[in-house]
Amino acid sequence: MIMKSALRPPMSLLCLPLVLILGGCSVEPWVKPYERAHLADPIMSFDRNPVASGYRNHVFQIRESARGAEGGGGGGCGCN
Amino acid sequence: MTYSNILKVITGLLLGGWILAAPAISQGATEGEPAPNFTLKSRSGENIKLSELRGNVVMVNFWASWCGPCRQEMPLLEQLYDRYKDMGFTLLGVNVDEDPSAADKILKEIPVSFPILLDTRNQVSQSYEVKAMPSTFMIDRDGKLRHLHKGYMPGYENDYQEQIRSLLRE
Amino acid sequence: MAATENRWRYLAGGIALALLSALPGARTLFATVLPEDRADLMYHRYDGGGVEVDGPTLQLRKSVGEAFSVSADYAVDSISSASVDVVSMASPYTEERTETGLSVDYLHNKTLMNLSLIKSDESDYLSETGSFSVSHDMFGDLTTVTLGYSVGNDDISRNGDEDFAQTAKRQNYRVSLTQVLTKDSIMSANWETISDEGFLGSPYRSYRYLDPLSEKGYSFLPESYPRTRTSNALALRLKYYLPYRAALSGEYRYFSDTWGISANNLEFAYTHPFRDKWIFDIRYRYYTQEGADFYSDLFSRRQPFTYTARDKELSTFQSHTVGFGVSYEIKADFWQYIDHGSFNLDFDYMRYSYDDFRDITQGGVAGEEPLYSYSANVIKAYFSIWY
Repeated sequence: MIMKSALRPPMSLLCLPLVLILGGCSVEPWVKPYERAHLADPIMSFDRNPVASGYRNHVFQIRESARGAEGGGGGGCGCN
Repeated sequence: MTYSNILKVITGLLLGGWILAAPAISQGATEGEPAPNFTLKSRSGENIKLSELRGNVVMVNFWASWCGPCRQEMPLLEQLYDRYKDMGFTLLGVNVDEDPSAADKILKEIPVSFPILLDTRNQVSQSYEVKAMPSTFMIDRDGKLRHLHKGYMPGYENDYQEQIRSLLRE
Repeated sequence: MAATENRWRYLAGGIALALLSALPGARTLFATVLPEDRADLMYHRYDGGGVEVDGPTLQLRKSVGEAFSVSADYAVDSISSASVDVVSMASPYTEERTETGLSVDYLHNKTLMNLSLIKSDESDYLSETGSFSVSHDMFGDLTTVTLGYSVGNDDISRNGDEDFAQTAKRQNYRVSLTQVLTKDSIMSANWETISDEGFLGSPYRSYRYLDPLSEKGYSFLPESYPRTRTSNALALRLKYYLPYRAALSGEYRYFSDTWGISANNLEFAYTHPFRDKWIFDIRYRYYTQEGADFYSDLFSRRQPFTYTARDKELSTFQSHTVGFGVSYEIKADFWQYIDHGSFNLDFDYMRYSYDDFRDITQGGVAGEEPLYSYSANVIKAYFSIWY
């Protein structure tokens, strides 16, 4: 099925971060801070080399119409 | 069903899941309570038991090889240990790496003289309910947990020093 | 359309405000760390489809105090273009594009804020963009939510035509959620809406229409683009740690906009460290796109009253990209200011095949020329240091 019209961002999706914050303080983390060795490994980073991946995304953006949703932080050691 | 409606349903389910999955808040090892006892093997081979150190002020620091702030803190902990070790103070560096050779690598770069204990199965981390890396627990001469520090930011070492001195005076 | 966009703006602003006010008070829980201090110097080269682009990129990042991290970057692209569009309708050209950027990160408890400015400059295109984002860790640092906003202004001119001066304005809204799933896996969902208005086409390109009076059977007239465009993209990323120390990752993105373009891309990557110092990466990416409503390789007749485009970037096509990377780590025991460094080499081989864009340089009956396809090689060599 091909969507020809633009996707409208649903309001519920926007409220998600808000509810997460309000409800978030009471959840017990199921991955403990001392169990994050693998997640802290540089090979598990979404963007290990930002300069190279930035250029790679740029090369695709010039030739293609799609753009956006290329970033996002988080993960890692979760220290402090 | 339109894409917009599908997204709304999925979001609703996700929200519901998050809220329902939230169990009650549980406290970590609490200040004022006796610090959980443990026996761990140290890097030098001998076993160290916390209860045998009663009468001393004990600072227990949980650290890992992959934790940046932990590595930043190490030289400062060494300074504190050096300064107060002859006054009835001891510092235990509890390493939580599954593979102890990871700790060896770090200690080669940042050598320390205080005992390094290996909590490879994370049992002590669990009993102390460690909630941040690094975590530092100050235990008084009676074996009671007095101060809890989560994480490390430059300046914490001043707080550590103040607390050690006041606990030593007791 | 304007009313919905305003609502979106207020909501995004409201969420940002909620995030900032949710910062813990007396019971301070410091979490999250600033981005690492590092410097990267890269040489990149793109070669394919008659286009050659190469140049350096330099990026420096340094933390200042405990709460700030500053980054500056500089890149130059030297472009030499004899692409199929250029050869069909104009003459090959060379061009140089310079990009400069400055970025500041501020860390407060579990919240990381970023402000950045980027400027891109070439002889006929000047683009300036400002971005702001807020990122917050929660759930025992298992979840990170990020909100971002960018606004940009473009000044478009035409080489050889002093009187041509157009502008375009862009606004981006981003939401992203990163979630640690298990001690070996992590996922990320990203949404971005981009809204442009102004001159969105090219001052040089023309559309093609059937013209029985012309010798070749077709003639050209300047394109006409809509003055607004709104696009939405949703991407899902997953990374998984393999027990022998390797990482597998997958990404899917769906894109759709008000020009009638929709696209899907899927990418897989595998990272394999070897011994102590080597890291190998292999990647595969598949991209497919359905063209814009007002795109056509050959219009049946002149179109004075509708939008017209013959930019292959807006057509229906697929692309496959295969990539390979090698990284070698260098321990910097010889210099106390450097922690470690790495030397890296990256290759990408890209192949584009168009379903409704024809290569008119090949000649033939109008509308029956062979469909266009091309391949390109991208090579990157870069040196990174951490301090």
